[in-house]
Amino acid sequence: MIIGLEHYLTVAGVLFTLGILGIFLNRKNVIVILMCVELMLLAVNINLVAFSVYQGNVTGQVFAMLVLTVAAAEAAIGLAILVVYFRNRGTVEVEDINAMKG
Amino acid sequence: MLLQAIAFYVFAAVCVASGAMVVVSRNPVYSVLFLILAFFNAAALFILIGAEFIAMILVIVYVGAVAVLFLFVVMMLDINMARLKEGFLDYLPIGAMIGAALLAEILFGLGVLGGTHQGTVSAFTKAGTQMLTIDNTRAIGRVLYTQYFYVFQVAGVVLLVAMIGAIVLTLRRRPGVRRQRVSDQLYRPTGESVTLVKVPTRGGVS
Repeated sequence: MIIGLEHYLTVAGVLFTLGILGIFLNRKNVIVILMCVELMLLAVNINLVAFSVYQGNVTGQVFAMLVLTVAAAEAAIGLAILVVYFRNRGTVEVEDINAMKG
Repeated sequence: MLLQAIAFYVFAAVCVASGAMVVVSRNPVYSVLFLILAFFNAAALFILIGAEFIAMILVIVYVGAVAVLFLFVVMMLDINMARLKEGFLDYLPIGAMIGAALLAEILFGLGVLGGTHQGTVSAFTKAGTQMLTIDNTRAIGRVLYTQYFYVFQVAGVVLLVAMIGAIVLTLRRRPGVRRQRVSDQLYRPTGESVTLVKVPTRGGVS
């Protein structure tokens, strides 16, 4: 039984769908939404690395590292915003974040 | 080859299952822990496919930094979890519908679920180029510091901006806190810190 490119892409697709599903289901909790974004970025990384290995080209792995960098930066900034918001308002529910009335 | 297939299915199943637990778990602390489990299994998948460097970076960056950051924030904020989970079941039907549609689309597009372009993904696989002549880390290093040098630098700048941004956002000056201000201490003139007192004999200092 050969594990091919399709297997890895299927795992990545399922993980990406789980991330989107999590954003739909946890519409109130910003922390879980951030975690779901991390899950989706992980799926993207699996795609990049799988294509990179099966094509014999290392560029995909370099870009997976860049995605990792951006994910870490995003998590840090997002959680910092979350902490500041909680300090000011005492809640992190998405429905209450409407100060700008957009 | 069979062993590799078994390992792949085990790691992929645990990865997907813990990803699902991230979504449905009631307590965000459990969510973070399942996220860590998902990242570990993804790293194992990367090792299985032959990308060891990315696997180690994934463990170091995600488990060592991002997940601990999440855990820290989840435990630091005093959040009413019962209220946050109230509308969970309301969105379940439409969420499950959209998720199922998206998953079916992805799998059809890959040709896994049948359809017209069966096996198109396999066309992307170049046979015989498995990069076995050189180890993975060395191959990445050779292009990362030459061909993608500017991209690498920009990634560093992104991290710097994120670090400074997070510090600036969360730093606060509280009014009632007494801090040591070293420069003020050093610039204090001698006249106000030392006074000479003429002590009378047998009188003492009042």
